[in-house]
Amino acid sequence: MGRYLLRRLVTLTITLAGIMVITFFTSLVIPLDPLASLAGPQASPETVERLRALYGFDQPLYVQFGRYAARLARGDLGVSFQTSRPVLKDILTYFPATLELATFAILVGIGVGIPLGVLSAVYKNRAIDQFCRVLSLIGVSTPVFWLGLVLMLVFYFKLGWLPEPGRLDIMLLEPTRVTGVLLVDSALARDWEVFADALKHLVLPASVLGLVGVAGISRITRSSMLEVLSQEYIKTARIKGLSEFPVIVRHALRNALVPTVTVVGLTYGLLLEGSVLTETIFSWPGLGRYLANAFLTLDLNTIVGGTMFVALTFCIVNLVVDLAYAFLNPKITYTES
Amino acid sequence: MSTDPALPTLDLTEARRRRAEARWRYLKDSYILWRRNRLMVLGTAIILGLLLVAALAPLLATANPYEQILGDRLLPPSARHFCGTDGLGRDIFSRVVYGARVTLTIALLVAAISTPLGMLIGIVAGYLGGAMDEILMRLADVFLAFPRLILAIAFAAALGPGVENAILAIAIAQWPSYARLARAETLNVKNNDYIQAMRVLGAGKARIMAGHILPLTLSSIIVRMSLDMGTIILTAAGLGFLGLGAQPPMPEWGLMVSDGRQFLVDQWWVSTLPGLAILVVVMGFNLLGDGIRDVLDPRQRQA
Amino acid sequence: MKLGRKDDLLLEVEDLKVEFPTLRGTIHALQGVTFRLQRRETLGLAGETGCGKSVTALAILRLISPPGRISHGRILFEGRDLFAASEAEMRDLRGSQISMILQEPKMALNPVIRVGQQVAETLLVHDKTLSRRAASERAVEMLQTLGIPDARRIARRYAHELSGGMAQRVMIAMMLVTRPKLLIADEPTSALDVTIQAQILELMKALKREINTAMLLITHDLGVMAETCDRVAVMYAGSVVEQGPVRTVLKRPQHPYTQGLLKTIPNDVAPDQPLFSIRGQVPSLLQPPVGCAFAPRCDQAMPGCAEQVPPQYGLEADHHVACFLHRDRLQAS
Repeated sequence: MGRYLLRRLVTLTITLAGIMVITFFTSLVIPLDPLASLAGPQASPETVERLRALYGFDQPLYVQFGRYAARLARGDLGVSFQTSRPVLKDILTYFPATLELATFAILVGIGVGIPLGVLSAVYKNRAIDQFCRVLSLIGVSTPVFWLGLVLMLVFYFKLGWLPEPGRLDIMLLEPTRVTGVLLVDSALARDWEVFADALKHLVLPASVLGLVGVAGISRITRSSMLEVLSQEYIKTARIKGLSEFPVIVRHALRNALVPTVTVVGLTYGLLLEGSVLTETIFSWPGLGRYLANAFLTLDLNTIVGGTMFVALTFCIVNLVVDLAYAFLNPKITYTES
Repeated sequence: MSTDPALPTLDLTEARRRRAEARWRYLKDSYILWRRNRLMVLGTAIILGLLLVAALAPLLATANPYEQILGDRLLPPSARHFCGTDGLGRDIFSRVVYGARVTLTIALLVAAISTPLGMLIGIVAGYLGGAMDEILMRLADVFLAFPRLILAIAFAAALGPGVENAILAIAIAQWPSYARLARAETLNVKNNDYIQAMRVLGAGKARIMAGHILPLTLSSIIVRMSLDMGTIILTAAGLGFLGLGAQPPMPEWGLMVSDGRQFLVDQWWVSTLPGLAILVVVMGFNLLGDGIRDVLDPRQRQA
Repeated sequence: MKLGRKDDLLLEVEDLKVEFPTLRGTIHALQGVTFRLQRRETLGLAGETGCGKSVTALAILRLISPPGRISHGRILFEGRDLFAASEAEMRDLRGSQISMILQEPKMALNPVIRVGQQVAETLLVHDKTLSRRAASERAVEMLQTLGIPDARRIARRYAHELSGGMAQRVMIAMMLVTRPKLLIADEPTSALDVTIQAQILELMKALKREINTAMLLITHDLGVMAETCDRVAVMYAGSVVEQGPVRTVLKRPQHPYTQGLLKTIPNDVAPDQPLFSIRGQVPSLLQPPVGCAFAPRCDQAMPGCAEQVPPQYGLEADHHVACFLHRDRLQAS
């Protein structure tokens, strides 16, 4: 197991280096001159040149890359053109909000998706199976941004059941920031009013993202269960006289969940994508919205730093998923040793 | 019981007849499976509908999709405007109809760029192996390290707004998965007796890769591609929504949803109806893709 | 539970028919299987691949999965009609009174659960008063009885870490630990090396004697059958064509199919002589033939063979043949 982990870490490092190179060179390809837009339309060419020298854009490529790499090593991702704050600081400020959203969405995805997938497989082709398949089909086919708008229209504007876009009621104060995750911070501060309000604000965006998660997870659970249920050892379990519930839960599910774990990792990627759109719609102050703005305004440092951060977390999640997979499936580690 | 000393004779016409019969039975079974699978029939119907709408757009649209009649802004759905009008007085129904062309073009172009590119890289990497394989696959891995939409957004931002750049950006985000798939399939068949025989006969690498390995990898690539179509369209719509893809006044569905956002509360139709079109079309592609996969899956045929 | 007519009769299968609806039509896997099994007896169920042996085993346990169904017949276990039993009652029987071991032991064991736990599970399912510790202990003891060295350590292993022979011993342990009255063995040695085969068969014979189990041994290997079985039932295309004491059937086969089968065994064949094979092919189960299924391939066929299915006629002591050649004998009841 240790050696497997080591190998994966090496691959991760190489991939990260590649990411670094690509994001750097991509930023150079940008045809529009971000500096010109930063300086404003009135700026004289000299001002732009001075800005260029200030930010070091006039140096030869390899020098730029070298300085870039060195700064990365120090954890300095530059300063955002938009907010005039260090990019890294911005990222760390906004990331917990996205994390909160994504975690909720994954919990919904797993909590609803896995049981639905299991029921779908066990009662194949019956009513619940048809229902689940339609639901997951819709979930996979819906444009996330559209669904968010529709749900917001219905539940907030028309019915008023759920609160306005945003994380917290404007009148309420945020609790002292410990983790940045509102639910945790407010619970720590015993501020239950804020806790409840934050929860209410979380429902809509998390449901939108969650639907995507449910769709994917229930599909893979279903197909994985169907595969497992046709195996010989399930027959053996029935021969032993086990009733259906232990056959499904104790024997089948433990095997079927193994590929599901991989999909959870994939889903995280989908959630990151979805968060860019969802946060924009729900004015959720997270990394997704921050990035979306950066792309629109060509905030170079943020684009580079933010994208790399996203890629990094994505890689780490995949690594964790791979390790979990190896842990759950004794065969993998066996053949490795 | 008497023993049978005669050896079986090789009858070519009989062999040909049996093979033709087997192929016919394969097609017949495929048809039966297709018909039984109501959802797949629905998916095919939707896609055919999309193709028809795109082709016959000028006939189906009730108005000029670009024409702004400012006096008729934000009208609700009616007999004259089936889907109402948008913020600039344009007929939404006609825009949705013409939008089918935009969507279809984007989807087909992305597929046309990313699939051959991915297959080329994947087959070369898989067949030649060694350093070439390592380099190409590391490259693919780096691209795969980003969630696809984010990568597409990044490239779209880098290349500048516009639907052509969006197509390119999405294609760049798509090719790695095809490359990996093609490589996996290539590795599977690389040491087939059949391929080995070609090598013995003196066929060159390029010929083997293009003429023999490629057809063998084709079916799983096609399945993957049809399953991916839905995602491609969603990504394109997402880019349009964010303002990074199609630009006004192009009637792209994602862009239309974004345009209607400011009117959401009182004029819901401006955003909702184009989004519905996206949903239906993506659903159609997903159903079709699922169906294709089911039909090509050997296990389904036995039950 | 009332006892049957004969105290020793454990299992009676009467005219069992099983069908499987498919894309191309209904497959008639079993077309009227009839045989009997006594307590403590080993009955071999022999026949080619596809003749319905495994389906028969699953039908006895009522584990035919839909859309397959048992369309006709009766199965009496200790005089009790198994088709009248509820699912809960069947579950009680499975694993405690009737067990089955499968052909590929490594596939038949759950890959993510330790093997010792799987053996203990059979005990825990049927004896709710047993503690987990006690069940584990008995599981380890059973593994030892099956000749597994260092049983305690092996019990903590996973299925893929064991050899084929070891895995099969685990399966046998898992199915015999509750001392069932009937053990069905579906090709238990076909997936194993020849040397291991002999060991496993010996083991099974010894255990059988000790636990006083009856065994239904399904196999296509006539040699294995001769070694281990008391009686044998030969199946062809979904029904039993001949059954009787093993020595009688093998030495003096009465059904043309059995006769042909025995002739295919390459004993006493001169080096330059061709090997014998029964001409023709096994009929398709999609369109079951009217009349005797073997008639098209039978050299002794008579007019009338292709029109009616022959019932089983009784020859001497307990030897039955389903063939019109013996129609002057008494029909089996």
